This record gives sequence, structure tokens and C-alpha cells, in this order.
Amino acid sequence: MPVFLQNRLPGRLIVVEGIDGSGKSTQMSLLSQWLRRRGYAVTFSEWNSSPLVHETTRRGKKKEMFTPTSFSLIHATDFADRLEQYIIPLLKAGAVVCADRYAYTAFARDVVRGVDRAWVRNLYRFAIKPSLAFYFKVPLDVALGRILGGRDALKYYEAGMDLGLSRNIEESFRLFQGRILEEYEAMIDEMGFHVIDATKSIEAQQKEMRRIVLHEFGRVRPPGVLGTEVRVAGLSQ
Amino acid sequence: MQDYRNKPPLSYYRTALPSVDYSELQGKLIVIEGPDAVGRTTQVQRLKPWLEEYGHAVLDTGMARSALAGKGIREAKEGNTLGPITMTLYYATDFADRLENEIIPALRAGFVVLTDRYIFSIMARAIARGENRTWIERTAGFALVPHAVLYMRAEVKDLISRVVVGRGAFDYWESGLDLHFGKDMYESFVRYQSRLIQVFDNMAKPYGFQTIDASQSPDRVFASLQREIAKVVEMESPAQRAIRLKAARGAKAALKLVPGVAPAKSARKAAPAAKTAPKASAR
Repeated sequence: MPVFLQNRLPGRLIVVEGIDGSGKSTQMSLLSQWLRRRGYAVTFSEWNSSPLVHETTRRGKKKEMFTPTSFSLIHATDFADRLEQYIIPLLKAGAVVCADRYAYTAFARDVVRGVDRAWVRNLYRFAIKPSLAFYFKVPLDVALGRILGGRDALKYYEAGMDLGLSRNIEESFRLFQGRILEEYEAMIDEMGFHVIDATKSIEAQQKEMRRIVLHEFGRVRPPGVLGTEVRVAGLSQ
Repeated sequence: MQDYRNKPPLSYYRTALPSVDYSELQGKLIVIEGPDAVGRTTQVQRLKPWLEEYGHAVLDTGMARSALAGKGIREAKEGNTLGPITMTLYYATDFADRLENEIIPALRAGFVVLTDRYIFSIMARAIARGENRTWIERTAGFALVPHAVLYMRAEVKDLISRVVVGRGAFDYWESGLDLHFGKDMYESFVRYQSRLIQVFDNMAKPYGFQTIDASQSPDRVFASLQREIAKVVEMESPAQRAIRLKAARGAKAALKLVPGVAPAKSARKAAPAAKTAPKASAR
């Protein structure tokens, strides 16, 4: 099945994926600083952050109104808004767009919630194929150890409480994350993820990412890709 | 386009919803479709009391009325950054919420569900805006197959006169102004609505629409809708029902009333607004 549209725009799209506690956001932050130093104009887009959809998602979560299907659709709406209003225009401008989570997150989470695998893949067919998609592979216990304890109380949907896996929220979270992990693992070949061993040191993971980026992007910034020296309001820091 | 005409009512088009038991569904699902300003909403408002008169419990529903997404959609349409894919999916979210939380429970309880627009409007708007047909058909494929899709069809000129006479101004979204189909509201409206009608026409066959000529007077349109609905919903007054049951019990049947024969005639009687017959006889 054809997943995603080929990126024919001058900009580049880099995606990080993985379960909570895999360390992907830390790595993305380090990578973006490095890309900036190399002269790229770097921007970010985070999962579930569209201002247009925010209020609806908040209401649905607060009142626990979501079904697996409406949960899937509202996240796709959020994604579509960010893609149409933000990611595509920036790719047209030649920026590097770093996405913390992408459609793969929906493929993993929504399928665990019982949504049809082929249906949710079709749902995101309008998405742009990333130039690079990094998957942070980590054993469940390691990820859970990193996040449980040192964080705020788990939320209802975050812990997958709507699946009724367990009445204990922490236990539900464990089971939910375990199933998501299985979905991610099954996607590695299908989606062509670059797998990063997230049990290694932060430095070693970053080194590996940079090596892959250099290989993919080339050592010289290609023409048409905006650099930070071109001062365009809002694009460069 | 795939043909869905042999799909039984209240099954799904392409993809089952998780955790829905389709065998429990027993009501009737009637869809009123058609372009903007064709008079759908007025007709739904008349059809509801008519159905209730015959003892049917009716749920009427329509676009952007969900508890989840209705408010969000209205607010998004007030702004100026609602893209075509985002709009399509926002409406799909609204539809899913109403389907699972209103329509399916009502069907389970044996209601007649009367819906002002369905997935076909969502699909038509997306396709008219140039989005991928397969993408939206599959995305909307979790919808239930209705017992009847009554497509109120009119030409653009009919819509224009309704907009001008009825509302006095063109609407931004009804004119497809988000994609600037024409130089001004009028031209954009004409081009966008022509496309929508074309897309609806193309869906008519594979999705088994019953096409109603909506350029006729509202009363005639109402009578046509009543006739089509009577084919799928039992239209029998309590009195007729009593007589029929009495006849069936073997009592002396003074009246020969066969179920399903009476609807068109009695429908006219029950709906005082549909006075096409008296008018004709007065001449």
C-alpha cells in the first residue's frame, strides 16, 4: 500500500518516533542544534499541538468522550492542520522541519485501541514522506523506569485507561506501552525506520544520528535548502 | 468507483467500527443529501413530525452538531486558517462522534434516524476541493449503509435563487471561497456548487441514491420524500394498525387494508401542508 506522498519540496522532514521514555525528544533537540550550526534553518512540530483543534481534544479528554475512531480522527485533524498550515509551507521555503512524533504514532496507538490497521494507514495518506524517520528502540522496562516516578500523574488516555486493560492506572500504562512497542517493532521494515539503540549513551546515539543525517543530506547544504544566514523572520533563531 | 448497492442497510461500507455489535441494530436510517441551499433542512423539519404522527420515535441529526467537535468546527470556520484536509477530517470526527454516540444507540433502540447530510456531503466537499477520492471514501468507510439516501437534486440556478431570495447573501464556505473558485462570491458559488452537484451525481449510482427533483415546489418535494420514506419505514396510523390486526385475527374484515398500500394517501392527509391534490381539483 502506498503510504505518504513523496516530498518534492526543497525542505527536509526529520521525524523521531518511539514509546514514551525512549529519549527521542532529547536526541531531536541535540540534532537540531547541530543542524543549525551547519547552517540549516530548523523548525519544530510536535504531535497534538494544532491551535485549531486543541480545544476539541481537551474537551474530549477531560470528559472522556472519545471512542477509538473519534480519537484517531481528531488526532488526524490535528496533524492535517499542522501539515497544511505549518509543515508544508516551511518545506516549500526550504526549511528542515523536525517532527516529534508523526503519523507512525497514530499507526501504533490507534491500532492498539482497536482501529483497523489499513484504515488508519489510509487516513494519513496525505502526509509527506519524511526524509528521515528515526525509531528509538528501547526495552519496555528501561523506558518505564525513566518515566514512572520522575513525572506528573498519568492521565486517562495517556495510560490507555479507555482500553480497560487494568483498573490500576500504572499497570494500564505498562500494558498499553507494551502493546504500542509491539506495533512499532512490527513497523520498522514496513516504514523504513532508522533504528537507534536507545539503551546506548546519549552521546553514542547522537553520533549515530548525525552520521545518518550526513549520509542522507550530504556534507554540503544542497541548493534550495534555506540556511540560517538568510534572515527570514520566524524561521531562524 | 466501487459499487455499494448490494450492501445491506445498517452494515458498514468498508471498515467495521471497533466494539460495535452490528446485529443489535434495528431502527431505520434515512439520509437527506444534496448541495447547499437546496432546502434539506426545511424538509427534515417537516418530515420529523410526520414520522412521529405515525408513532415512530425520530432522532434528527446533522453536520457539526456533535458534542465533541461541533463547537470546534464552528470556531474553526470563523477563522481564516482552515485547510481543506483539516476541514474534511474535522467533519469526519464530528460524524464519528454522532454515529457512535447518537445514531447507533438510537438505531439500537429502534428509532427512525433522519439525518440532514451524511458522509456524502463530507466526501463531496473534499472531492470538489481536489482531494483524493479513494482517500476520503476509505476514511468515511466506517459509516453505516442507510436504508435510503434521498438526494435532493437541483441545478445551480435554482440554488442561486434560493440563496438570493432566502438569505440575501452568499456564504463564504458555500461559495468555496477558501479555495477561490471564482473572482467574486457569485462566480465562486456557481463554480463550486456546480462541482459539488457533479460529484453528488457521480455518487448517485454506486451508493444507490434516490434522486428527488428539488427544483419543484417544497410541497411536491415533501410528497416525493414521503413516498420514498414510506418504502422503507412502515407508515401506518394507529387506527389502520388496529384494523389490520383485527383483520388478521380473522374477525369480519370490513375494510381491505393491505399493509404498505395506504402510505402515500394517508401521508398527504397527515401533512396539511402538502395540498397538491386539492389545488388540482379546484381548477
